[in-house]
Amino acid sequence: MLCQECQERPASLHFTKIINGEKTEIHVCETCAKDKGDQFQGSNNFSIHQLLSGLLDAGQSISASQSQPYKKTQPDLKCPSCGMGYKQFAKVGRLGCADCYRTFNQKLEPVFKRIHGGNSVHSGKIPKRKGKDLHVHREIENLKEKMKKLIEQEEFEKAAETRDRIRSLEESLNNKGGA
Amino acid sequence: MSLQPFINEAVSPWMKNEGPEADIVISSRIRLARNLQDVTYPLLADKEQLEEIVGKVEDKFAGHSHRRFGQLELLKMNNLKTNEKRVLVEKHLISPNLATDSKAGAVLLSEDESLSVMVNEEDHLRIQCLLSGFQLDEGLKYANDMDDWMEEKLDFAFDEKRGYLTTCPTNVGTGLRSSVMMHLPALVLTKNLNRILPAINQLGLVVRGIYGEGSEARGNLFQVSNQTTLGKSEKDIVEDLRNVVTQLIQQERAARETLLEQSQNKLEDRIYRSYGILAYSRRMESKEAMQRLSDVRLGIDMGLIKNVNGKILNELMILTQPGFLQQYAGEKLNSEQRDERRAAVIRERFNLETNG
Repeated sequence: MLCQECQERPASLHFTKIINGEKTEIHVCETCAKDKGDQFQGSNNFSIHQLLSGLLDAGQSISASQSQPYKKTQPDLKCPSCGMGYKQFAKVGRLGCADCYRTFNQKLEPVFKRIHGGNSVHSGKIPKRKGKDLHVHREIENLKEKMKKLIEQEEFEKAAETRDRIRSLEESLNNKGGA
Repeated sequence: MSLQPFINEAVSPWMKNEGPEADIVISSRIRLARNLQDVTYPLLADKEQLEEIVGKVEDKFAGHSHRRFGQLELLKMNNLKTNEKRVLVEKHLISPNLATDSKAGAVLLSEDESLSVMVNEEDHLRIQCLLSGFQLDEGLKYANDMDDWMEEKLDFAFDEKRGYLTTCPTNVGTGLRSSVMMHLPALVLTKNLNRILPAINQLGLVVRGIYGEGSEARGNLFQVSNQTTLGKSEKDIVEDLRNVVTQLIQQERAARETLLEQSQNKLEDRIYRSYGILAYSRRMESKEAMQRLSDVRLGIDMGLIKNVNGKILNELMILTQPGFLQQYAGEKLNSEQRDERRAAVIRERFNLETNG
């Protein structure tokens, strides 16, 4: 096996590092081992993720012991899109994809509050292009609600107007998607 | 290779313009974390998926010209030698993690190196804007500009309630980390910094060493940055940081005055000893180099040393890192050889100063 640092000399020193169950193997030659001390500063140090994972684990064990004794027998929550499980997330402190936020939503809420000084709702930038669609989507949802109510009230004429409005909004979205 | 052209290579063009409050604030940095919608994050994505992202970025942005940053160049980590990557880390253009851990990492760079977009680091994209001195507002403006430009061509993972969805929950919301690198020797010497730090932490800000997470403070250089990314607007986050940094600047200036009033002789002795050691020594460990350089820089900024340019610290800080020393030497060096080479580079740089 070649030294993973210089790729020249054979690796004569092998380290296995296990932090929070995450295993890292290092194979280097003696020369590079001596050097390694001050090379990639910061890359092998204790990271925010390890700190965070402590926080997540603690959260889980507290909630498990508190009110829901059946929780232990529940299967691990898994993200349908990327396969990330909550236990795995609690270990690495990072999420696997955007859908993880929906999957773990309930468990994340208190975590956000703890990390972000009590906040859990975004109040910053909205992406320009995608943001536009977001507003339209929201309006369509609102109009659909309105249409249901109008139909219940048998206000069919108004309901038809609302339906047309929804259609034109949906069309504008589709056109943009195709362009 | 003589030293001057090498300095030009080591010092990014953006560093050459002296920014506001440059005697204390070395640089300001704004970073925005972004991910692509419907694509697994780098933590779980396989190499193929990650390479596809690099391909997308290359296709849509590399070689293209941005109205503010000009032509952008894409460097793929797998095409770089270990030492070339190290040099990029030492210039703060990429993170150590991108250099060592990413399966298919890349970086998009502007010509003046004030802008870098890391691809497939912890998040799919990390837009970073670096400016000299105290220029947080400008940094935010430029980074936003780049963000908007990239968003025209890519779909970002964004949720109305949670904001930009990042790999780590500590970045969710704005995905914004704003930070300034500060030189605070007088607050360290007067032991006032230890008193101030806990108060800063309570404000949702963190202070750490210059190579980021977990690194120790060398050469009295500290990075102050926001911790909270969710629930505040980008403007407010930057504003809060700016207020604290402004106070730190005032405190540092006051501490320098105090030192001058109460122990000028002691201070001068310390500064000139360091000057002498830097100018004449034959071996120099990196930790000592940073400390001595910090002393000399303090002497320059306080007007005690007059014939040396203040930029010397910024330059040598980078030039004396292991990656640069090896680049300059053109070969791999062990730590003993590096100490020797480091002392030589410092002497040479000081010579440039007194002769030219």
